[in-house]
Amino acid sequence: MSFLKEISQLVKNNFLSGIDVLSRHAAQISAEIQQGERRNYNEVLDLSSGDLHRGGIKPITFVRQVLAACLYPALLEDDSLPLDVKQRAESLLRECDGGSVGSYTDSSGIAKIKHCVSQYITRRDGGVPSSPDNIFIKSGSQTIMLKLLIRSKDSCQTGVLIPVPTYASFTLALEEQGAAIIPYHLCEEQGWTLQVEELRKALHTGRKTCNPVALYICNPGNPTGHIQSRKSIEEVIRFAAEERLFILADEVYQSCVYADDTEFYSYKKVLSEMGSTISSTVELASFNSVSKGFMGECGLRGGYVELVNLDPAVKEYARRLFSTRSCPPVVGQMALDLMANPPRPGDPSFPTFSEVSVFAELPGISCQPLKAGFFVFPCLHFPPKAIKWAKKRQMEPDMLYCLHLLEETGLHVRPGCEYGQRKDSHHIRFNIMEDALQRLKTFHTRFMKEFS
Amino acid sequence: CHAAIIKMDLKKKKKKKLYWAHIWMHGTPSICQLRLILYILHVCSVISRFTPEILRKGIHGDTMTENGCEYRERVLTMDTMNPNVKRVEYAVRGPIVQRAVQIERELKMGIKKPFTEVIRANIGDCHAMGQKPITFFRQVLALCSYPDLLEDGKFPEDAKSRARRILQACGGGSLGAYSTSQGIEMIRQDIARYIERRDGGITCDPDNIYLSTGASDAIVTMLKLLVSGEGMSRTGVMISIPQYPLYSATLAELGAVQISYYLDEDNCWSLDISELRRALQEAKKHCSPRALCIINPGNPTGQVQSRQCIEGVIRFAAAEKLFLMADEVYQDNVYADGCKFHSFKKVLFEMGLEYSEKVELASFHSTSKCYMGECGFRGGYMEVVNLDPEVKVQLTKLVSVRLCPPVPGQALLDVVVNPPQPDEPSYDTFIKERTDTLATLAEKANMTQEILNQVPGIKCNPVQGAMYTFPRIHLPPKAILEAKEKEQTPDMFYCMKLLEETGICLVPGSGFGQRDGTYHFRMTILPPKEKLKIVLAKIKEFHQHFMAQYS
Repeated sequence: MSFLKEISQLVKNNFLSGIDVLSRHAAQISAEIQQGERRNYNEVLDLSSGDLHRGGIKPITFVRQVLAACLYPALLEDDSLPLDVKQRAESLLRECDGGSVGSYTDSSGIAKIKHCVSQYITRRDGGVPSSPDNIFIKSGSQTIMLKLLIRSKDSCQTGVLIPVPTYASFTLALEEQGAAIIPYHLCEEQGWTLQVEELRKALHTGRKTCNPVALYICNPGNPTGHIQSRKSIEEVIRFAAEERLFILADEVYQSCVYADDTEFYSYKKVLSEMGSTISSTVELASFNSVSKGFMGECGLRGGYVELVNLDPAVKEYARRLFSTRSCPPVVGQMALDLMANPPRPGDPSFPTFSEVSVFAELPGISCQPLKAGFFVFPCLHFPPKAIKWAKKRQMEPDMLYCLHLLEETGLHVRPGCEYGQRKDSHHIRFNIMEDALQRLKTFHTRFMKEFS
Repeated sequence: CHAAIIKMDLKKKKKKKLYWAHIWMHGTPSICQLRLILYILHVCSVISRFTPEILRKGIHGDTMTENGCEYRERVLTMDTMNPNVKRVEYAVRGPIVQRAVQIERELKMGIKKPFTEVIRANIGDCHAMGQKPITFFRQVLALCSYPDLLEDGKFPEDAKSRARRILQACGGGSLGAYSTSQGIEMIRQDIARYIERRDGGITCDPDNIYLSTGASDAIVTMLKLLVSGEGMSRTGVMISIPQYPLYSATLAELGAVQISYYLDEDNCWSLDISELRRALQEAKKHCSPRALCIINPGNPTGQVQSRQCIEGVIRFAAAEKLFLMADEVYQDNVYADGCKFHSFKKVLFEMGLEYSEKVELASFHSTSKCYMGECGFRGGYMEVVNLDPEVKVQLTKLVSVRLCPPVPGQALLDVVVNPPQPDEPSYDTFIKERTDTLATLAEKANMTQEILNQVPGIKCNPVQGAMYTFPRIHLPPKAILEAKEKEQTPDMFYCMKLLEETGICLVPGSGFGQRDGTYHFRMTILPPKEKLKIVLAKIKEFHQHFMAQYS
């Protein structure tokens, strides 16, 4: 019998319950299809994560050519690669010790790449200066920020405000660090907007049981597909200033904006234009990554955090924490450089979605318009018969819906219960791709008929 | 004299606590002077428990500051930050390296120094010091990265077949897709077979393999699992002194209790079971010891533990119910005659069911060391043995927080455990590159210990394995005194001087731990042979000069 039964309480209290039945089933079906089993579909369409490549989108050729040349510099002597690829690879390799991507780099990332990222940020924000000193290259840097903010040994838990709905692994990270989660609900009826009143309410409630220190925002939203207006961002910043909250701005979907009348405003830009008392004091950490956007290189693990108005002494400790992780993967750093400084001109091969009410004709489904990001979060209006059926099976109705959707059409999407939703409301997180839409339509019509 | 009494309220869970401080001043203090006093007091430990907010409220209440701005104290300050973070130190990339970087900048700007380049012998980074990557590995990775190259006749067929196989196991056939958190299944299966081959056929279950972002990631994950409890029942983890400071840093970060056991410098840094026993007994008085970490081959010491020693450790762990963590990242780096790498798993299973069914073990490996030296890929894995099934479920959940390890690193691991076979086209080149790399390291290890041992005042144990030397340096009392005045540990003082005078960057022994009153430094054996000779000569010269200066 193991003595290791008594493990860290922090690890035990994890958000996700048990082994994921939906993913396991999807894997099983894929294996069965490979072994020749016949179904009304040829393959499982996996939309369970924001992973473009897994969903069938091809990587950008220029990116992969540069990476290949960096990995195997003998290719630089080759005729097979275009000149601009070679030049970019050479300039990147010059920044690596020993000219090899196998060397360690500075813990916060290669200096030239951080510089490139800071220039990207400045361009994006119409000239607002960005210093490489405030940039740390690291995927999953949210965890490092949480480690700084969360005092797990205090008798009064450190609290972080998070939106409902929100994606699961961030909640998991919070639980792992021993933070108290203070949910604030996004307003579905108004397109999943962030209402400051709701923030205020949540904070007030949170203060009764914990010590709130940070406000987590995901803009553009995951799973909602919402994008914040400039006015909304200003309100949130003012709220954070008044209530003394550290803003964690997850902006990884910033380059996926579709609607013609919408524009992405970075928290940093809006902050910088709000008058010196606020712009020089409100603390902000802004996250971006190569996993989303037009490159979709999730597996390379490239990302960065830009820190704004951080206490210099604290920043030194952040640097130290980063140093114990040695350094970010070099291939991921290079992908980041390519994202921040893509070849010009040239349209990235990114699927364009149009802001269309795709679910209009389907009964029992309503959806806020997709403005940005990869996903929409349509609301499923289950008839009472369906709710009863789920209760009998002892499962969340939307999870059960997803299982059957997977079984009958091979479409793997995630249920709303994993992201948080108002009581008695049900959703799925969905990518608007043609194939997926078709499969969903077929299944949903049948489903609603059966349970009417 | 006028007394300005400052009264501060400290609200604590509805209970009011009043703190008084008396300040005697000449004249009537102005707002500015009061603010200055408070600032000074704030710096003193007398009111270090007060948050800046209390101070602010005590003086300003809710009014404006002098220049009309609403004073807003930061949310995240040294006082409000997670206190565990303050205890984190990582010497390998610490202050001496920061100074080395500064000096490099100065050299670039044209500032004259007694040397023309900084030699970074502080970190185990082979490629940075000129070691070449293994051609076959890089070919496979390039093919995986840009699959169009599969049509390119210049790549050998064996590299192509491996690339195809890896890509098939990736989502959407791309290195850019997330993998499962535990790592790509096919790769874990390949690693399991590699381990079976290495350990003479002892079964390895791929489900017990967890791929990670370098071995460091897996080590931190296991420690997170292990650390729990409060006060007397707070987890204690046994680590060697000296040790690779990832362990001490992580224990500090997690607020766990570090239980130090000393390696025996007089006996080639060997591990003495009686010392383990001593450390454990001592620790039991104030914590709950749960794990024992061992690095073999050792970092920074370079010792390769004998089979006997490993058996002794396993017996000890079994008797004392300790979770064993075996850091084996240098397993191919064994140089000394008569030394051999014995994996903890192999020894465990050869000790019979009494141990192999009971002792819980995690072994760690990585792509960063050995003959690959691919640090920048952050490829690594751990194998867990006899883990409680419920705990394993928690482990699988825990690794899912960071989504997945970098896929290029996973792909690299796969090709490391599937190298060219004798009947394949790339075999000859591969074997030559691997042999040459390891032979060069062995040569340099030998050369290093020989030359350093010729220096009076430096004593160097044999570099049996790994990539470092950890010689003991005898410092004269005068030097120790001056170090104290400068508020530096004596070996930091020594290393800083060495850096400033010769441009050689080493890490002081205090960064790894050492017996009180002893001083060491860690130097890598990685610079190219000719440069290494020069480095060693310079250290010899510096040491003699240093001794003369401070006698």
